[in-house]
Amino acid sequence: MDTNKLTQQDIIRQGEQVYKRPKLLLDNTMHYCPGCSHGVVHRLVAEVIEELGIQEKTIGVCPVGCSVFAYNYIDIDWQEASHGRAPAVATGISRVNPDKFVFTYQGDGDLASIGAAEIMHACNRGENIAVIFINNAIYGMTGGQMAPTTLLGQVTATTPKGRNVERNGYPLKITELIAQLPGTSYVTRQSVETSVSVRKCKTAIKKAFKNALAKKGTSFVEVVSTCNSGWKMSPVKANKWMEENMFPFYPVGDLKDGDKADPALYSKKN
Amino acid sequence: MGELKLMKGNEAIAEAAIRCGCDGYFGYPITPQSEVMETLMVRAPWDKTGMVVLQAESEVAAINMLYGGGGTGKKVMTSSSSPGVSLMSEGISYIAGAEIPCVIVNVQRGGPGLGTIQPSQADYFQATKGGGNGDYNLLVLAPNSVQEMSDFVGLSFELAFKYRNPVMILSDGAIGQMMEKVTLSDYKPRLTNEEIEKKYGDWATIGKKGNRSHNILTSLELNSEQMEENNIRFQAKYKKMKEEEVRYEEYMCDDADYILVAFGSCARICMKSIEMARAKGIKLGLLRPITLFPFPKKPIAELCKRVKGFMTVEMNAGQMIEDVKLSVFDSGILKPVEYYGRMGGIIPSPEEVVSTLEKKLIGGK
Amino acid sequence: MAKIKGTVVIDTEECKGCGLCIGACPQHVLELSNDVNNKGYHFSFMKNPDKFMKDPDECIGCSNCATVCPDACISVYRLKI
Repeated sequence: MDTNKLTQQDIIRQGEQVYKRPKLLLDNTMHYCPGCSHGVVHRLVAEVIEELGIQEKTIGVCPVGCSVFAYNYIDIDWQEASHGRAPAVATGISRVNPDKFVFTYQGDGDLASIGAAEIMHACNRGENIAVIFINNAIYGMTGGQMAPTTLLGQVTATTPKGRNVERNGYPLKITELIAQLPGTSYVTRQSVETSVSVRKCKTAIKKAFKNALAKKGTSFVEVVSTCNSGWKMSPVKANKWMEENMFPFYPVGDLKDGDKADPALYSKKN
Repeated sequence: MGELKLMKGNEAIAEAAIRCGCDGYFGYPITPQSEVMETLMVRAPWDKTGMVVLQAESEVAAINMLYGGGGTGKKVMTSSSSPGVSLMSEGISYIAGAEIPCVIVNVQRGGPGLGTIQPSQADYFQATKGGGNGDYNLLVLAPNSVQEMSDFVGLSFELAFKYRNPVMILSDGAIGQMMEKVTLSDYKPRLTNEEIEKKYGDWATIGKKGNRSHNILTSLELNSEQMEENNIRFQAKYKKMKEEEVRYEEYMCDDADYILVAFGSCARICMKSIEMARAKGIKLGLLRPITLFPFPKKPIAELCKRVKGFMTVEMNAGQMIEDVKLSVFDSGILKPVEYYGRMGGIIPSPEEVVSTLEKKLIGGK
Repeated sequence: MAKIKGTVVIDTEECKGCGLCIGACPQHVLELSNDVNNKGYHFSFMKNPDKFMKDPDECIGCSNCATVCPDACISVYRLKI
């Protein structure tokens, strides 16, 4: 074959398509800003549901925040929860439908601030659900205000001179707290800024979904993400800022991978 | 005939839930209704009917568990008391906005705030006029006996699914705690997903199957025209409720000159007041609204044609009186409407009712 | 030895021009267009797709660009030759 004469059309016609948009991702253009991590994670969720063949038994719960419209993009049944309550909604769905697969998709304002109680208790009960937690250290939808996960010194609309401990308290490492809870079996922190990290993140999401299907308690996947509009940076710069500032404080990797706690450790005699 | 049993109002709620094929109860302890969940936990229906009972971490979580469970077409319910229902109000508004059927029991106590644990009817406005944000209505049933506590659970689920709307049973601490004999209903099996779909349609989010487009339950709509459409649809539903679901009871109204209007435990007091008034030669009757929303406006309009006046008896500062006044005003035949009530957890005595009636309605005007 | 030739097709109308794919490409075959799409974005595109075979920086069909694309608008093809 004279490779010098190959055209793009030849490769498309004779070759194999190695990457295509997942079928479960609907055609609607996402409302997210250019470069937003939500888009990548949405695609990964769609790919995992497709690969596991669980569309017919999946119910997603979306939050309040930028991903409030997640239901417009993935072709599964969805419920839209009130701010922070997705884990309670997911508990309700899962408890009366134990044969279904339920996951929540929440941001850091939703999960770590207003919804701190609901996520703690759902994880502590060991609800058989998966949680996708997008942590971009800011409130995106409302215009870039301080989130519980905002770093010290980080400038936001409500911390114009940077987050200050005296005024605003400390950034919350909620995933570390979640990992302490006996009802969780898999707690991991991932990111989606490079092709390698995206592939790892997909593996993590798949494991979390499989755990929930296997009734292994709560699985929790944090995705350290960018909010380039909120951070007021280009998408490429935002990735760099995340690597330099977020990763040292929110290190990527598994915090827990195993099973729910042995009830014997928590029984009366102990 | 059903089984006859002596039980508390709160226990009757729990028993009726199991028997009517309820799929899930989610609650949080609060006096004076904690016996509902306690009874369920002792009865352990998960072994018999498969009904789930879960103690949530808060009323906020409990109502959102109803959102989730109800959104899958399952019969789910909660119970609480006034401060707890305030916490649920956000969730109730979302449930109304997303058109999810469910049943909420409010065994009222006196307020505002933490208030008291004694019985009250001070959540009338909250139950019938909103509570949460936005233009929505609950269908509100007010039981006045332990029997009705039992009967209204199954009825509430029927209405909740008929309208895809939350239904509230507005009770109070007196009926919740009082013991009476109850004829229990027979056991009905829980419905399967297939039966739910056949009976109520395929709106529920139980996993996208076949050719239908994916189901989304949300109260969010950023397009104003569409959001107005949604509101128009809700209002049409509430109008249909007003046409089809009004329930009330008349007691000794046929020859009455004066009418007491009271619901729940106050209606029971009023029956004694009527006996006392009639002994004095005062022709007194009772109109007992059973549905507080939709409110029985037409029966009041009918009574306007032949009675001299109305007095509401309420365990609050005078809330239902507004609906009675509106009903009288809309009838075009203006008759005086007075109010008597006690607050803070005190139940009015039959004597107080009669003496106030004599002073305000009969003697005064 | 079998060699892999790759190419990508970008839905330029869906592309929001975030540029993440450009940084993810080990072969530097993508760039942002000077033109804009109907949404007003400078979309990403493959430089001179039919000539790239002779180019040392040819596409190897690794899918890195598609993997990091937040808008799932890149399809990747690979041909063994």
